[in-house]
Amino acid sequence: MSSSGHTPMRTPLGRVRGLGSAHSGTEHFFLQRVTALANLLLMIAFVGIVICLAGSTYEHARSVIGNPLVAVVLLLTLLSVSIHMRLGMQVVIEDYVHTEGTKVLLIIANTFFTTAIALAGAFAIIKISVGG
Amino acid sequence: MADSPPRVERPLSPHLQIYRPLFTMMMSIVHRITGVGLYFGTILLVWWLLATATSRGAYDTFMWVAGSPIGLLVLFGFTWALLHHALGGIRHFMWDFIYGFGPKERVLLAKATLAGSVVLTVLLWIVGLALKG
Repeated sequence: MSSSGHTPMRTPLGRVRGLGSAHSGTEHFFLQRVTALANLLLMIAFVGIVICLAGSTYEHARSVIGNPLVAVVLLLTLLSVSIHMRLGMQVVIEDYVHTEGTKVLLIIANTFFTTAIALAGAFAIIKISVGG
Repeated sequence: MADSPPRVERPLSPHLQIYRPLFTMMMSIVHRITGVGLYFGTILLVWWLLATATSRGAYDTFMWVAGSPIGLLVLFGFTWALLHHALGGIRHFMWDFIYGFGPKERVLLAKATLAGSVVLTVLLWIVGLALKG
């Protein structure tokens, strides 16, 4: 998580002791909770949108998703959900995969998958909204 | 690292199979399983969005699959997983604020999560089907 110029979030005790391998555990934890909160709020709107579009016609679906408010809610949902699920799956991989090479490959695959989901979904929403 | 010392075989702490299954433990496992399920379930969400962005034919194909018995079953399961994971997340928020750790509280919270997820799933589908029909 820590790139150049970015100071990772750390607890005071963690900063003093300087232990741990990644130095990003607190930030991981906090971002997981922040996106969880965002997911909870967005999910209320998301469920409403999906119920509204269940079994709808092509034209109706496009006009609803193309509505700016709906599009922004869906984009925010994709952003928050993709960050949240990337963090969650990373923990699952780290818990169960102990072979270093496989673990690193799976964590990279996790980043690829969640980024692709977020971008593909976002592209579709923007295309429906402005692309015609 | 060329001559790193041989790996020391250390004793391992006992793993899952040695513990008697507890309700709260099962709920913790279910929270993780629903999370993984939702992770792959986002493929359906993106399929829906891309199909809607692509063409009427692609949209009709998705709606046909989603409306088939297996499609409806998957969507029903997805709804339950989403609600269970969301309620489990609220439980985690309570723990973060150091609430709900008592022996009675934690079982009650676990039961509320399970019951709430089932009830909310059925309610949402009743509302959805009523609005559609």
